[in-house]
Amino acid sequence: MFYAIYERLRQKHRTVPFPKSEPVLPERFRGRPLVKRERCAAGCATCLAVCPTGALQATKDGPRIDLGRCLFCGACGRACPAGTVEFTRDYRLATRRREDLLVHDQTLRLAEALETRTRRLFGRSLKLRQVSAAGCNACEADLNVLTTVVFDLQRFGIEFVASPRHADGVCVTGPVSENMREALLKTYDAVPDPKLVIAVGSCAIAGGPFAGLPAVHNGATNILPVDLFVPGCPPHPYTTLDGLLRLLGRRPEVKRDDGRGRR
Amino acid sequence: MQRAIEIANGAAVPLEAIPFLRPELFGQWLIAAVRAGARIMALFGKESDAGGVDVFGVLGLPQFSKLALARTNLKASYTAFTPRCPAVHCFERELYEQFWHLGLKPEGHPWLKPIRFEPAQGAEKAPEIGGTDFFEVQGEEIHEVAVGPVHAGVIEPGHFRFQCYGENVLHLEISLGYQHRGIEQALLRALAPRRLRMVETVAGDTTVGHTWAYCGVLEALSDARVPERATLLRAVALELERLANHTGDLGALAGDVGYLPTMSYCGRLRGDFLNMSALMCGSRFSRGLLEPGGVAFDLDDALCATLRERLDAAVRDVEGAVGLLWHTPSALARFEMTGAIEAQTAREIGLVGPAARASRLDLDSRRDFPLPGLGATDVAVNTCITGDVYSRAHVRLLEIRESAAAIRRWLERLPAGPIAVETGPWAPSHLAVAVVEGWRGEICHAGITDASGRLARYKIVDPSFHNWFGLALALREQQISDFPLCNKSFNLSYCGHDL
Repeated sequence: MFYAIYERLRQKHRTVPFPKSEPVLPERFRGRPLVKRERCAAGCATCLAVCPTGALQATKDGPRIDLGRCLFCGACGRACPAGTVEFTRDYRLATRRREDLLVHDQTLRLAEALETRTRRLFGRSLKLRQVSAAGCNACEADLNVLTTVVFDLQRFGIEFVASPRHADGVCVTGPVSENMREALLKTYDAVPDPKLVIAVGSCAIAGGPFAGLPAVHNGATNILPVDLFVPGCPPHPYTTLDGLLRLLGRRPEVKRDDGRGRR
Repeated sequence: MQRAIEIANGAAVPLEAIPFLRPELFGQWLIAAVRAGARIMALFGKESDAGGVDVFGVLGLPQFSKLALARTNLKASYTAFTPRCPAVHCFERELYEQFWHLGLKPEGHPWLKPIRFEPAQGAEKAPEIGGTDFFEVQGEEIHEVAVGPVHAGVIEPGHFRFQCYGENVLHLEISLGYQHRGIEQALLRALAPRRLRMVETVAGDTTVGHTWAYCGVLEALSDARVPERATLLRAVALELERLANHTGDLGALAGDVGYLPTMSYCGRLRGDFLNMSALMCGSRFSRGLLEPGGVAFDLDDALCATLRERLDAAVRDVEGAVGLLWHTPSALARFEMTGAIEAQTAREIGLVGPAARASRLDLDSRRDFPLPGLGATDVAVNTCITGDVYSRAHVRLLEIRESAAAIRRWLERLPAGPIAVETGPWAPSHLAVAVVEGWRGEICHAGITDASGRLARYKIVDPSFHNWFGLALALREQQISDFPLCNKSFNLSYCGHDL
């Protein structure tokens, strides 16, 4: 008993003050990329060759990154001799529309809140049924982390539940294997209307490194009406949490920190 | 005639140097070697140009720190090895699933069911997922419980069938394949950058383990010598991965018996270890750290110091958190005598990793098959004797201590020098094997090149492939409510199995 109390005091209070204060991510963390087109040299295609998933695309106005396909490996940033692509430590990446994930400059249109009616329904209580459809267990693990004392997802009224009947939506990870397609659809069907679909991770958005393989369906985007896209491989827990709170209209824009951080 | 060729871990050998045995002789070699203490690391097929299936066997000979290789050609049905060597049971099912269309069939295999419901190699259509005749126990008061593929938690999918008599589980059948992505086939066609990212996600919680094995294969094929500094940085990352997962599992085990303090503390601490990986390379799952030839990120003195400091603090807190559990008899009572596996059974079915060590099997690839640049004495091996959930938990705590000590030692003696070398073209018509002790156990990758030096077959064996059957056996004569606990004590990978 004394040991339990002693240990409780020693382990301290660990819940982060997010969203009141901004998190500080590791120096080497790769978040939202900036595309500085003016630096891009004509005829150079170095970055295109090193991109594992074709997330980096050449358009007539210069390079563009599809954050839905990006694995945030940073290879393009390292390969570019002119520094056209630069990964920042900005963890806020979630969007409402697939096309908003196409980054061709230094802006990103982040997710807006749900429409008033659905927001009134889910704003203070959102229950999600998570379905891993060929997810590699990294997205799943970093969703689980949200329920630990560090992030304490429940304090926002958001919870992962066991039954789709108790859920307000599904949270999909993985590229959706053919072998999981039916189970995913059945789970979705079992969730009562109105319901949300949240695609977490580049696999669920566009197939990730497995896009185009015969055994997968390139993510949930082609199968279900996705309401929130959370990019990353896997997304940082803060990225997911930020996206969820934005969706519920509970993330009033805060002033950005200066990008410095705890190491 | 020589029955097998022996190579070191992380080495390549010309295909013609691998003894070609008649099927009967191949079976005899396999079975005799396993009886003499060898481990089946991989047994896989490749469609032969001359017809039939070329089957390669990779055995681990721990007493010599060598891998033994032999091959055969199977055209039609052959006498299954499984009845005399249960450790190959899944490998033979896999062979059958991938090559039945070429006439290959292991006759007399006691459990010839689809293993991951994938289409035969080259074919399009797969058998319908879950469509197999499940083992059934008959009787008036027998009932069947089916769980999955979608489980209650945030966890990968798989299907479990329990045959129960009251609360008592007579038999558990595990049917997987829901996570099948077709990685092995895709690796042959993909370009290098994409290949690397696919391998990183073979099992997303074992990124370092699988990527190291993959790099080991490619480095062997191109005869590249990885700088010592890079090898040690990889080793640090591998142990951080072990620390994170073992800590998380100890917390989850506590959660499964309703002991919340340890669960809460370990949930946080797991993240602390992941953040140490992010300190090294920016990714909590070490994505982008390893690449063929070395590593992509270096550690300077300041980062090393921060890492050491954080490691010490986190390990101290893990000791405190797990100590609490160890001092709570009511929680421990749920661990003891639950899901026990005898040493004899563990050896027969070829269990690996902490689950094997919990059942008294003294095996660890880090010591038995050190990778190029690493020594056999870098990490001490711990075993337990009871083989139950308690042992599987206790082994993990011992390994946490050992991993932390190893990281401290490596960070102390990190040699100066480059962190990567260029890797050249691959030797044509070669086979290379690399074995890494991931946190779940032995990870084996094997790559075969064709005459033009391109990958012609790539085989991945995740430790889960060996261990899922162990979980099924652990559940026998247990309460059905013990399933979460037993499952977590193994914590196997679904996608690592399904590929």
